Amino acid sequence: MALLDVIDLVVEFPTRRGTLRALDGISFSIEPGEILGVVGESGAGKSLTGSAIIGLLEPPGRVASGQIQFEGSRIDRLSPAQMRPIRGRQIGAIFQDPLTTLDPLMSVGRQLVETMQTHLKLSDRDARARAVQWLEEVGIPAAAERVEAYPHQFSGGMRQRVVIALALCAEPKLVIADEPTTALDVSIQSQIISLLKRLTESHGTSVMLVTHDMGVIAETCDRVAVMYAGRIAEIGPVADVVRTPSHPYTEGLMGSIPSLEARVERLRQIDGAMPRLGAIPQGCAFNPRCGRTIARCFTHRPDLMPAGATQAACWLVGGGAA
Amino acid sequence: MSQQPRIVFEAIEASRSFDVSKGPLQRVLSGEGRRILRAVDSVSFGISHASTLSLVGESGCGKSTMARLAVGLYRPTGGEVRFEGQNLSAARAQPALRRKMNMIFQDPYASLNPRWRVRDIVAEPIRAFKLLQGPKDINDRVGQLLTQVGLSAKDGEKFPHEFSGGQRQRISIARALSSEPEFLVCDEPTSALDVSVQAQILNLMRDLQNRYGLTYLFISHNLAVVRHMSDRLGVMYLGRIVEQGPAEAIFRTPRHPYTRLLLEAIPDISSVGRRRTPVGGEVPSPIAPPPGCTFHPRCSLANERCRTEKPEHTRNDDVLVACHAVQEGRAV
Repeated sequence: MALLDVIDLVVEFPTRRGTLRALDGISFSIEPGEILGVVGESGAGKSLTGSAIIGLLEPPGRVASGQIQFEGSRIDRLSPAQMRPIRGRQIGAIFQDPLTTLDPLMSVGRQLVETMQTHLKLSDRDARARAVQWLEEVGIPAAAERVEAYPHQFSGGMRQRVVIALALCAEPKLVIADEPTTALDVSIQSQIISLLKRLTESHGTSVMLVTHDMGVIAETCDRVAVMYAGRIAEIGPVADVVRTPSHPYTEGLMGSIPSLEARVERLRQIDGAMPRLGAIPQGCAFNPRCGRTIARCFTHRPDLMPAGATQAACWLVGGGAA
Repeated sequence: MSQQPRIVFEAIEASRSFDVSKGPLQRVLSGEGRRILRAVDSVSFGISHASTLSLVGESGCGKSTMARLAVGLYRPTGGEVRFEGQNLSAARAQPALRRKMNMIFQDPYASLNPRWRVRDIVAEPIRAFKLLQGPKDINDRVGQLLTQVGLSAKDGEKFPHEFSGGQRQRISIARALSSEPEFLVCDEPTSALDVSVQAQILNLMRDLQNRYGLTYLFISHNLAVVRHMSDRLGVMYLGRIVEQGPAEAIFRTPRHPYTRLLLEAIPDISSVGRRRTPVGGEVPSPIAPPPGCTFHPRCSLANERCRTEKPEHTRNDDVLVACHAVQEGRAV
């Protein structure tokens, strides 16, 4: 059984000018121990998917329909009080900016102890010992002394290590990591990604890694979901999505990324920009930017269909062209 | 190329330091001396006509300070910056030379005045340098510039907030081109943009370079973008250029341990499932850089000499490298 099942999830924002559909029928699952990458451009709905799963949608955003199942039971209809023991204990979260995630007035040790004691039955002494252990495990030098230090005394990379320790210390089964390395320099980014990968592997934790950086996804994830305008355009094993993409958007996206391997004269470009939420075209949302449209693309919205090793929401792969 | 290409821009041992001391009273009370941050430390390079030199490095390495030195937003505290063979401050005193350089900034949201219409934003350099007279000529030119960067002439009537990030960066480029420059300093022009939009902007910049023979100083932290754009490359670490030379040569055989570290650290889509050994350590504070080679605390090749003696640039083929290990042949 999958650890997390998202079934036909719709998230809406009621506004004065009408209801905006930010997520429009998203379905995917995460298996135990799996790392699923979620990639897309700004506004594609990738962060929103993460927020919906941990029950932190900003009002007035709401789950309008569909289901989120964690270990077979629904978590999208829970009250805040019912959600609290799940968030942190079952599903952990890592956000982009480590400085806003950490409490500036509490030592990092205190924050770890508090988190663990909220979710696990631990004596003060055990919790403290575990806090030091966690800091060691995430690679903070001189952990025993630095457990008393405050967030401002750490560098950006070290803070993100503390955030990872906080997310993992209650031993959740799933971690939602939303752009965990975007605020960091490349050499630090590679340290944090390796750390996240090593720790989740050793603890058997599943990860949903949300990022706009296809390189990070390629190196880290088992499977990847490519999002476009509130829908999943393509989902499948990372090697297949990167090397033999089926959806024209994924194909364009891969071609537009400059590579270190070879220099090309011109990058492949997808003209135009992603439509705004209020102005998503009829049919396939990608049709204004797609070079291979057929009549059906302008009238009917494609759902995910099997396309080789992946699944793509495109009429060209689903027999629409035939 | 048979003839020697003309050097458009040159930095000769250029340095820029900032005084980051506390106030005089606090210094007396705490017994601290002055604290000087050497943001750019004896940096030398030249850019020849119609080519691109990129400076790459992590936050705090001094690349943006160098960009500002290059257009005269900062004055060097040591060394010299030259444009078209003249000292920059002398060059900037002449409007005919000053209009030949312009800058494209990172943040397309902060670098356009939200209360101006796009046509006024793009026309500002034309008016400032009195390149054209009469509203009709100026309007025609603005329309032409907007079309050149892939917008429509009608967009001139709009305000910046009506555009997406990529379109705003096109407006910035149109503004930078309006003074008919030869030399453009681009400080992270695509790092605020999504990848598909980044590709559009990078392609546009290449097209414009080919069409108008523009010379670029390109600043970025993204090595893949840099590889795509550059003819020559300078890798900066803590205010110094540690390796510079033809971009292809450096990407083919990176010599300096820091360049190798950067290349090793970058996640690339061609490396699905790659297992890597992450590099340790972080960039030290530029206020109190380590003695000797500033990279030695993170370098696996560091020895006693690296800890005490600052390495000079040595030439290997066409590439200049500041590293004792490379010079002594210890780096393999």
